[in-house]
Amino acid sequence: MSVVDRQEWDVVVVGAGGAGLRAAIEARERGARTAVICKSLFGKAHTVMAEGGIAAAMANANPHDNWQVHFRDTLRGGKFLNQWRMAELHAQEAPDRVWELETWGALFDRTKDGRISQRNFGGHEYPRLAHVGDRTGLELIRTLQQKIVALQQEDFEETGAYDSRLKVFQECTVTRVLKEGERVSGVFAYERETGRFFVLEAPAVVVATGGIGKSFKVTSNSWEYTGDGHALALLAGAPLLNMEFVQFHPTGMVWPPSVKGILVTESVRGDGGVLRNSDGKRFMFDYVPDVFKEKYAESEEEGDRWYDDPDHNRRPPELLPRDEVARAINAEVKAGRGSPHGGVFLDVSTRMPAEVIRRRLPSMYHQFKELADVDITAEAMEVGPTCHYVMGGIAVESDTAAARGVPGLYAAGEVAGGMHGSNRLGGNSLSDLLVFGRRAGRHAAEYAQRLAGRRPPVDEAQVDTAAAEALRPFSAETAGEAGPPENPYALHQELQQTMNDLVGIIRREGEMEQALHRLAELRVRARRAGVEGHRQFNPGWHLALDLRNMLLVSECVARAALERTESRGGHTREDHPAMDRAWRNVNLLCALADPTGGLASTDPARGQIRLTRETTDPIRPDLLALFEKEELVKYLAEEELYE
Amino acid sequence: MSSYEARFKVWRGDEQGGGLRDFTVEVNDGEVVLDIVHRLQATQAPDLAVRWNCKAGKCGSCSAEINGRPRLMCMTRMSVFDRAETITITPLRAFPVVRDLVTDVGFNYRKAREIPAFVPPAGVGPGEYRMFQEDVDRSQEFRKCIECFLCQDTCHVVRDHEENKQAFAGPRFLMRVAELDMHPLDAAAETGLDRKRTAQDEHGLGYCNITKCCTEVCPEGIKITDNALIPLKERAVDRKYDPLVWLGSKIRRRSGT
Repeated sequence: MSVVDRQEWDVVVVGAGGAGLRAAIEARERGARTAVICKSLFGKAHTVMAEGGIAAAMANANPHDNWQVHFRDTLRGGKFLNQWRMAELHAQEAPDRVWELETWGALFDRTKDGRISQRNFGGHEYPRLAHVGDRTGLELIRTLQQKIVALQQEDFEETGAYDSRLKVFQECTVTRVLKEGERVSGVFAYERETGRFFVLEAPAVVVATGGIGKSFKVTSNSWEYTGDGHALALLAGAPLLNMEFVQFHPTGMVWPPSVKGILVTESVRGDGGVLRNSDGKRFMFDYVPDVFKEKYAESEEEGDRWYDDPDHNRRPPELLPRDEVARAINAEVKAGRGSPHGGVFLDVSTRMPAEVIRRRLPSMYHQFKELADVDITAEAMEVGPTCHYVMGGIAVESDTAAARGVPGLYAAGEVAGGMHGSNRLGGNSLSDLLVFGRRAGRHAAEYAQRLAGRRPPVDEAQVDTAAAEALRPFSAETAGEAGPPENPYALHQELQQTMNDLVGIIRREGEMEQALHRLAELRVRARRAGVEGHRQFNPGWHLALDLRNMLLVSECVARAALERTESRGGHTREDHPAMDRAWRNVNLLCALADPTGGLASTDPARGQIRLTRETTDPIRPDLLALFEKEELVKYLAEEELYE
Repeated sequence: MSSYEARFKVWRGDEQGGGLRDFTVEVNDGEVVLDIVHRLQATQAPDLAVRWNCKAGKCGSCSAEINGRPRLMCMTRMSVFDRAETITITPLRAFPVVRDLVTDVGFNYRKAREIPAFVPPAGVGPGEYRMFQEDVDRSQEFRKCIECFLCQDTCHVVRDHEENKQAFAGPRFLMRVAELDMHPLDAAAETGLDRKRTAQDEHGLGYCNITKCCTEVCPEGIKITDNALIPLKERAVDRKYDPLVWLGSKIRRRSGT
């Protein structure tokens, strides 16, 4: 039997980004003893990289804004595949979640009359994003971090210990969710610093681990984004929803190579920046799809007038949803009209005075100056698509954030699926984190309280199995497998190249089949991933363990993408280029092929993932009534309209 | 594209001790020091311990000392060095080593807990906060802080004086006091909390003799000394005489001309 340290908590939150911290705050405020586990230091989560803002219909900048307009924009952005109840709750609750941050000390940029300033963003009808320059994510994470510290200070006053009711286990990684029967009983984790294993026993676990971008070569995501929560849920028996939808942000840096993929905020376009090809043409006017024709300017003059007079002009097409802009850039480059380093030009230098650029986009100014020797106040940036966000994720109940099929498991933020449909609007991520982070924390706490006195016990055998799995990379040579130990860094690079080349922004059937074969080969080799050295802060070991998660999630993406024979949002098929109304109400669910949680199968045809289809709930009539009939016919199948 | 082989010395070891190890490694156009450390991991030293996260200068994880100067590895371009130069990377000196380039930065998290949180004003509900941009500008500058702790590392009050750590919060957390003190709606005073006094009496502001080392290493360009620490000293002065305030005001006046 493994000797591992054990602690009892009511709620364990895995991940300390916006969703995880908001969940932890809520659970603790509702009386649950709450532990947060995160891979990085407290306050370093990927949320800090969010730049543009938090979308919330506060109507500070335009009095016509309200939750119904926000809901409409969100469904249009997601091409009507969104789990509509989530989109409804999100639009309704986002303003309260933003205002609450101010009571915790957040300092947003202000309007002239002292309220929270709101900026324009792609797909949002009105200026809607609360922001702090272009470092909104940092403000969000710091505010939540400082609120956690404030709660710990209260607990210190009362109990003499900061950690008595809310503790952050930083630089620790969860490798398995433990269960008793169907129900969650805790998590198995290791501490990165020492390599020691420990178990947190808890009836409720909130997964808030973010995304999967590190499975792709060109990405704006940090090292943490290895799909851990997606994999933990799969292995615990919870299905993943619509994993084929991966957002490629249209504007990542393309040069120099070492920074390729780093995000260039959409605020650049929201504040007036334009996209041009090598002929100097604002090409986005050629790429307005039919469903959006009425909403976007037809000439540069009209688009330019919109910034000052949005009530009488239509917005420029640079502000189309991200999937449209990313595809357009891809097409321009492919047609030979790209920039010298394989992107297109994004220009603010001719649109705003240098001093305004430096004030409104300080991080962008700094980032290009420091990393690319480009002065964005004097010349155009070169940008191209970069893997940014996964719309797919753990299938959850809309109101409670409970993962389907596993009592005690909750999910919030990027790791949860459904909210954004096939494509997320900029700014809707930070609001998603807050709205559903709070809901997950609340329902996890209530669930744990209902189980007080009869908590599911932790199964010793599962702890032993988890420990053996985590130690496997140290004995790769003697594990009885064919072939020498594999370098985890090399395996990771091959995986990234595979996903980038074969399941990237534009997809083809043959390539995705090829990807599934390569993933199967990589799976076999990953079982031989070996590490040097010992368990104390060993990045090679950590990566070897993360590979399991990346391989699982990548297979979900490839399998679902192969299955969906249409193009919609963050899923573009060259062989099925049109959006198909028959697919509008179809969800694809990924589950582990081996229901016992085993990962033995290496058969490429079968793989580790079983895919099923389900029909979504019909959109509630009062929500459908928010749209014009002429618009709905573009998205909904005939029979859906008649109901 | 032009590549070359660069020579590096990287500190490897743990709390028991260690030393500089020599590496020769390929460098390509546009790369930063963190790229080189990653290449070392992938090709020569898979267990080389290093903290990093965003690789875009936003999270403040990859702090280290490069040729003795505290810097973010992700924002240090290789092009700032001469190709013939041997580049030395060592862990932050003010904090205990865990392994290789990773240090125990727990000191900072302990200090963060000692600063009383924002106090919301009574009777002002969510959504009712009204503040003007010119009034939030000052605190917003300090909230640009990415908590890389380079200022804490370089500050000579604690850099080689372990004994001062108990009494001194360091520039980052004195700046946090200043940020809250300058917050237009912070209601600490109404609850009897005098932030200016605590800066002096509880967080060791008096140890700071405004050498501006913290400001020099700040990757966000925050004017920690001029905009946070000196004003805090000036505000504290009517409660406690501090000769450095007088000196500080002279220095500032001179640099302003």
